Amino acid sequence: MSEPLDEILNVVVGNFNQWITIFLMVAGLYVVVARGNMVKKLVGLSIFQTSVYLLYISPGKILGGTPPIITDGVEVYSNPLPHVLILTAIVVGVATLALGLGLVVRINEAYGTIEEEEIFDQGSDE
Amino acid sequence: MVLLTLMALVVIGVVRLRNLFAVVILSSAYSFLMASVLIVLDAVDVAMTEAAVGAGVSTVLMLAALYLTKVEEAAPRHTPLLPMFVAVVIGAALVYGSVDMPNFGDAFTPVNTHVGSGYLVRSIPETGVDNVVSSVLASYRGYDTLGETVVVFTAGIGVLLLLRRNKRSRSKD
Repeated sequence: MSEPLDEILNVVVGNFNQWITIFLMVAGLYVVVARGNMVKKLVGLSIFQTSVYLLYISPGKILGGTPPIITDGVEVYSNPLPHVLILTAIVVGVATLALGLGLVVRINEAYGTIEEEEIFDQGSDE
Repeated sequence: MVLLTLMALVVIGVVRLRNLFAVVILSSAYSFLMASVLIVLDAVDVAMTEAAVGAGVSTVLMLAALYLTKVEEAAPRHTPLLPMFVAVVIGAALVYGSVDMPNFGDAFTPVNTHVGSGYLVRSIPETGVDNVVSSVLASYRGYDTLGETVVVFTAGIGVLLLLRRNKRSRSKD
């Protein structure tokens, strides 16, 4: 294979995880900002959140490593610290999601809709 | 790499679909894909949690919320050009920054040479636990876990209060 092509391939393979992470993050951000439906916003928020899991876990992976459970005859383990941090993040994430959905249900009771625009309309009528 | 690409495709589906039921099911599939990716990245504990919590509990919560509200999303009234522009600019900036990051799977990055490897060495002599993730979670970073349970507890109280007030106002009507 020719030299420059090899180099480009190296950059792509080395950064592919990060690019997907960035794509997920940006897509989540877009959903949160552009969509008026509140359940959709929460789905976008959780996509944003899962992209952060990927952001933390992928630098901790070592090629040729195994999961960080100490066993005889294994020398290389992946980094355990990001795993711990993300375990905490997942559980906190579902707690905040539950709270958000509770708020959505409450808003639906109060306004009869979960669309942002329709709620704004109701406010301007008064 | 295939899994990651599949995940990106599912997310495009989530962004484009307007039926919220389909969106919720797709996000559940997305969580399972994320769990598979995490297994490939050696994070087995995280993968189990993600499959149980992300794909299981979150989906149930979302479906419950949909049952109490509406399933169809209204058509957007504004053109999404400005958010799209913001998203693309941020994405481009992040991609530009990512080129300088260390390559995937490298063992000698700053991330992998400081505390992480220290925990791997110290876990057996200091705590006697084989699974380094659980020893760090419960022993070295026990306070993090305590804080986490406080957050979950607070969120639980919040949800209870929200839905309880609900019932009272209904009985008034």
